[in-house]
Amino acid sequence: MSGEHDVIVVGAGHNGLVAAAYLARAGLDVLVLERRPVIGGAAVTEEVYPGFRYSVFSYVVSILRPEIIQDLELPRHGLTLLPLPSTLTPLPNGDRLFRDDDHYRTLREIARHSGRDAEAYEEYGRAMYFMAKAVKPILGLAPPDPTSLNPMELLRLARLARELLGIGGQNLHTFLKLMTMSAADFLDEWFDTEALKATMSASGIIGTFLGPRSPGTAYVLLHHYMGEIDGVFRAWGFAKGGTGSVSGAIARAAEAFGAAVETDSPVAQVLVKAGKAVGVALENGSEHRARAVISSLDPRRTFTELIDSDLLPEELVADLQRFRLNGSSGKVNLALDAAPEFACWPRAGPHLRGAISISPSIGYLERAYDDAKYGGFSSRPYIDIVIPSMIDPGMAPPGKHVMSCFVQYASYHLSEGSWTERKQAFGDAVIDTLSEYIPNLKQILLHRQVLTPLDIEEMTGLTEGNIFQGELGLSQLFFLRPAPGYARYRTPIRQYYQCGSGTHPGGGITGAPGRLAALQVLKDWGRLRI
Amino acid sequence: MPIPSPFHSVTSPLCKSNEWREWSGYLAAVTYQHTHEREYFAIRNSAALIDVSPLFKYDLRGPQAGELVSRIVTRDVSKCRLGQILYTPWCDDDGKVIDDGTVWKLAPDRFRITAADPSLRWFQDCGYRLEVEVEDVSDRVAAVALQGPSSREILRQAAGAEDLDTLRYYHLTEGEIGGAPVVITRTGYTGDLGYEIWLDPSEAGSVWRRLMAAGADYGLLPAGLAALDLARLEAGLLLIEVDYISSLKALTETRKSSPLELGLGWAVALSAANFVGRRALLHEARVGSTWSLVGLAVDWSELDRLFGRHDLPPQVAGRASRLAAPVYRRGRQIGQATSMGFSPLLKRFIALASLERQHAVVGSLVELEMTVDYQRERVPARIVPKPFYDPPHKREGARARPSADPTG
Repeated sequence: MSGEHDVIVVGAGHNGLVAAAYLARAGLDVLVLERRPVIGGAAVTEEVYPGFRYSVFSYVVSILRPEIIQDLELPRHGLTLLPLPSTLTPLPNGDRLFRDDDHYRTLREIARHSGRDAEAYEEYGRAMYFMAKAVKPILGLAPPDPTSLNPMELLRLARLARELLGIGGQNLHTFLKLMTMSAADFLDEWFDTEALKATMSASGIIGTFLGPRSPGTAYVLLHHYMGEIDGVFRAWGFAKGGTGSVSGAIARAAEAFGAAVETDSPVAQVLVKAGKAVGVALENGSEHRARAVISSLDPRRTFTELIDSDLLPEELVADLQRFRLNGSSGKVNLALDAAPEFACWPRAGPHLRGAISISPSIGYLERAYDDAKYGGFSSRPYIDIVIPSMIDPGMAPPGKHVMSCFVQYASYHLSEGSWTERKQAFGDAVIDTLSEYIPNLKQILLHRQVLTPLDIEEMTGLTEGNIFQGELGLSQLFFLRPAPGYARYRTPIRQYYQCGSGTHPGGGITGAPGRLAALQVLKDWGRLRI
Repeated sequence: MPIPSPFHSVTSPLCKSNEWREWSGYLAAVTYQHTHEREYFAIRNSAALIDVSPLFKYDLRGPQAGELVSRIVTRDVSKCRLGQILYTPWCDDDGKVIDDGTVWKLAPDRFRITAADPSLRWFQDCGYRLEVEVEDVSDRVAAVALQGPSSREILRQAAGAEDLDTLRYYHLTEGEIGGAPVVITRTGYTGDLGYEIWLDPSEAGSVWRRLMAAGADYGLLPAGLAALDLARLEAGLLLIEVDYISSLKALTETRKSSPLELGLGWAVALSAANFVGRRALLHEARVGSTWSLVGLAVDWSELDRLFGRHDLPPQVAGRASRLAAPVYRRGRQIGQATSMGFSPLLKRFIALASLERQHAVVGSLVELEMTVDYQRERVPARIVPKPFYDPPHKREGARARPSADPTG
């Protein structure tokens, strides 16, 4: 047994590392234990095929919080965020929809499809600005408990309510629609162009096991706009060196503050004594003592695998059984011998440096969902593509490219066969779909890495391969994430905390859960200084 | 009316924005595309090609060329080796900065000085009674900067030069690009790995095209002055007539600055030869300077709060600003910020500011004036070390080779 640490963090995903860095920054002795030989969890860059570096799982930085970048001095530790300024939607008829940060060019392009939509586009942006502004304070806040009678809690709730109601009558109506409608219905109120609606609605379905016509998906559209509100900040982007460099920078920051990070150290269980966490036991039998333990794993592993669920209240266990963790997506990484040529835009161009979305119509996305709904995968999936080597030439040898394809839908639970049997068929569906838009794809394909929800689960430990550690549905957000009464990073076990994406405010490379969890620990310990 | 630079025939078809500005009488592209953003990120992430021909260049030849250079500049030129380059300011008799630039030692009796302003008369006057000839070669030398982490790789593809891999920071070498003889200096105005390439103006078009072709697979982009301005701000590099005023042009005494006040003390060799202004600077070093140029940084949370008070999201992105703004401490103005902007890389608002020396303490808090929603506001800013951004690859040698001490 080694000496006692102040805090042990289980899992060196980006949230675990953020929590560790903040705690070490406050002067605590912190040890991070990671099961895999590499740190980063789902934010890793690996050279799977020689000379080609894949952002294996997570591929873009969503809303990495500004305060985290500054508090941890991440640019000094090697983080460079590059803009991802455009979105191309190629269409099966050879046409396209291309939007980028050239305002008038984008309006002209939309007007080519619908003059009304071009004008609505601006109004929509403004409406979403007000929505995001109203919701934004929630992201930087540990959720208050609405059932508590503590005056402090009530005050915080009242403040949030005031912020929300302060957006004014018309905006409030929009807000209520956003909270209740499907992404497709919501966007129908604004736009006619199918490719535009489908591509926008895609941000409402990423990582959920819902279709664009499922109610509740409109709200998730907002998560996209949260980044827009800090527009200057370019919150959406691509990390130079792939997403692994985000984890790397955070780890270096944590180590600079004095934290230790150990890889190849799988934690088997959290040691609990008299209702209080006192350390962890590794799979190899060795034990580490600590005054507190923070799990960055998903809620199911945090509550039912790392500790004995007998120690938990029945209700919580029941809530966690119901917590929606269904994996709905896969990932295909490609090494290419040359730049892909799109039928809708042959040769090089700005379109290759942004996001490329295979989402020609709402119907297409909904059909992709239908294919997977009863335990399958889409024969023609929604695919979100980026070509990192176009943005950061260091990701592939000169003139060659890596292509990252996020693929939805793929159900973790298959009704027929197993993922081991059907993995290559899943990969083929992706390549065949892409080839309809990129005729030269098969000629330039050097290597493909196909990752099914099962692969994601086995490699990263994310239960059922759910990329957000739990669906970002309204019923699983804010004070309900991961379970009522336990949204404040604490657990029923004293000195046992949670800090993964399964806690508020949820998934994506934001670092927010890790930071808020660390602040909660420091507050509980009376160590918080602001 | 500004005239075209030697690169104009190749840069003008690339300048889709058609946004040009005057730079020392030449047309210079501000941005090539609708925004400078990609060009800025090319400097930081891949590589950028920047036409810097409008710089002034002077050749100094003769047995006493070294003595003249020692007399002009504040650095210790006697320690400058062949092929080495020094960044340096130069001063008037009162120790106030006239200009800043680089000095190259090409041969024991041959130097070149690059300058931001015309300097022939000053250099010749300093050479009174010395056996040296000063020649203005500005029109006879075109210059292009290749800056960014991929610049070495691109130059290796494009240029014939023996020692590119070992060419150290602030050193020069000779070579050819597509048969055109060039001088390659490992210098720049971006604070990144980078080179400047000096050539005969008649070869400008072919050298530019050759570099662009070599950089195609490395993300090379032409970059304009807007991107350059942001990069030099992050690198904490001064701009004449913005961060300081040449003592030959200042209309009042208070507008002049000494190199010690500009944070260039490291480039003033007080113990070296008797350069112009040395006595005044010795005195200033003894009694203390009046001003001190510092870096300021404003955190995002402060901007969020400031703009939030006006119910607005922070609106600070875009180009660097050269409009000076007052800096306060405890309600009293203690100086001014002269260059400022939002750093896309550091995600902070940064500024170069001249403050009364007693307030110029790294770590302390001051207030920077900002106009929000038509109203003058003050935002807390912290004094931070310069440069704001200083990547190791700026000075490091090529990878997989033992790196020598780059500064010499």
